[in-house]
Amino acid sequence: MTKRKVRSETLYFALRNNKLRVGLSVILFFLVLTFVGPLLTHYAPYDYVNPLGAQPPSAKHWFGTTMFGQDVFTQFVYGLKATFLVGVVGGGLGTLIGILIGFTAGYRGGIVDEVLNMITNIVLVIPTLAILLIIAAYLKVRGILTESIFIGCTAWPWAARAIRAQTFSLRSREFVDLARLSGMSPWRIIFTEVAPNMMSYLLLVFILQFGGAILNAATLDFIGLGPTNAVSLGLMMNNAVLWGALLLGIWWWFIPPGLAIMAIVGALYVTNVGLDEVFNPKLREM
Amino acid sequence: MRRYLGRKLLIYVLTFFLAVTIDWLIPRFMPGDPVQTMLSRAALHAEAVEVMHGYYTRAFGLDVPVWQQYLNFWVAIFHGDLGTSVYLFPQPVIKVIMRAVPYDVFLLLPAILLSWFAGNWFGAFAARNKWLDNTLLPLGYILTATPYMWLGILLAWLFGVVLGIFPIAGAYSFSMRPHLSWAFIGSVLKHWFLPFASIFLVKFGGWAIGMRNMIIYELEADYSHYLEALGAPRGLIRKYAFRNAILPQITGLSLDLGVIVAGALVTEVVFSYPGIGYLILQAIQNQDYFLIQGCFLFIIIGVLLANFAIDIAYVIVDPRTRLGMVGESA
Repeated sequence: MTKRKVRSETLYFALRNNKLRVGLSVILFFLVLTFVGPLLTHYAPYDYVNPLGAQPPSAKHWFGTTMFGQDVFTQFVYGLKATFLVGVVGGGLGTLIGILIGFTAGYRGGIVDEVLNMITNIVLVIPTLAILLIIAAYLKVRGILTESIFIGCTAWPWAARAIRAQTFSLRSREFVDLARLSGMSPWRIIFTEVAPNMMSYLLLVFILQFGGAILNAATLDFIGLGPTNAVSLGLMMNNAVLWGALLLGIWWWFIPPGLAIMAIVGALYVTNVGLDEVFNPKLREM
Repeated sequence: MRRYLGRKLLIYVLTFFLAVTIDWLIPRFMPGDPVQTMLSRAALHAEAVEVMHGYYTRAFGLDVPVWQQYLNFWVAIFHGDLGTSVYLFPQPVIKVIMRAVPYDVFLLLPAILLSWFAGNWFGAFAARNKWLDNTLLPLGYILTATPYMWLGILLAWLFGVVLGIFPIAGAYSFSMRPHLSWAFIGSVLKHWFLPFASIFLVKFGGWAIGMRNMIIYELEADYSHYLEALGAPRGLIRKYAFRNAILPQITGLSLDLGVIVAGALVTEVVFSYPGIGYLILQAIQNQDYFLIQGCFLFIIIGVLLANFAIDIAYVIVDPRTRLGMVGESA
């Protein structure tokens, strides 16, 4: 079978997988909203635009206004941007570190593996949020990018562990032995022989890291350690709860941000399962 | 078995060591010396500054070499000395935290265990059942993708504010003092229910999906097909599949503890439930660094203890670890 045929077969199953279709559409919808949204609003996220304070959704303010008269829709679309940024940077960094450590440990084996595995297991046990908490608490100025980097640096252990296990099973295959005999350097073997065989797996890892980074950022923002100079969905919920939106019944303030996070992360999970089914024939529904 | 548990224990000891090191390192080497800033801002009472400064010089003392500062920090920890809280001034951090810990245990233990059992049971039930797969599984995905605080907010708003059935703040009625009576126990349970329910629901979705996928993997395994070919009853094959599928779920539980704890922290914030999460919020708002550090350490200790308990459960459930047949990927 040629490579091209394999690809078109994957595409065939990908286009017919409902989970994949639903998941990708939801993500695409929010992605478009992220880029188009700022063009639809004339305000800045923290502008006091409504002197009446909290007002329910109306033609002028689509998602209503906060207790201070800020436009919720504006905060929402700018918050979405922060969410995707955290997902891409945090999830990407987490995957990258996981790949580097996983490949090294899995391919090298021996003492290198022992040491890296030990480090992975130690970092794995420490709750990510606890580390983020103590770092963020001591930072005076926090940006979304810094937050993403810290999240990426703490989220890699399970990815490293999973990739290590996969590499381990691949490295004793004949084609890898052959490459080794032909005198290729270890990193070249990893990237030209091992990695292409687990591309689908790496994609799944990235998707899960992406979703995890978004949830981690929301948690951190909600507890009061979010970005100090920007708006995010977690921060919106934090403000809503702190200023009594619950008791005052300002539901339009706290429903959109959480709903968006849930939809995006849920869509990522569903996409993940859909892709798994596309790549793994055993899981396809007959 | 001894080797398995010993290896795990070594990792936990090293983790604790690392955690304490981080706890010492970060405030010590952050730019601008935030602790000093905190102390100067807390200069409300002269005696407060004196007490704080005493601890500060003991734990982070600048007049002794760095290695000795680090050693002193360890000594202080083993004496249970985590400093004095700024926000609740004369009280030592350890006392403030100890008061919050029972609430965390009371909230987390039932939520974790019940969601795990219920989710696994339900996931196994739903696997390869077309109708359940198509209706309740999407719900599981939605639940597991829900941010904890948002579900908490929704429940609090719906059941607390709109319907007015449940209270949405505190651990018991503000008009009561803790004592042993049915009225008080009822109040405690009423305040406990919503935070518990929101943690339970999110986790329930996650476990159900995990179990459902696991069972499908197992039912596709060779031994299942072999049993099928032998004509074994469906129930028996499923039973074997379940017993094999439950092992990764136990490992999953220990991997997931950190996330659940984080979820519990924000849930406590939503419901003003006086556990560690609520304490952290207060500490952050009041820039009470010693309290934050103490909470950090206690979260780690809690997670390590829970992990060890799960390891013991694993040994009990999986006979292979007992016989030392596999060095399960520790």
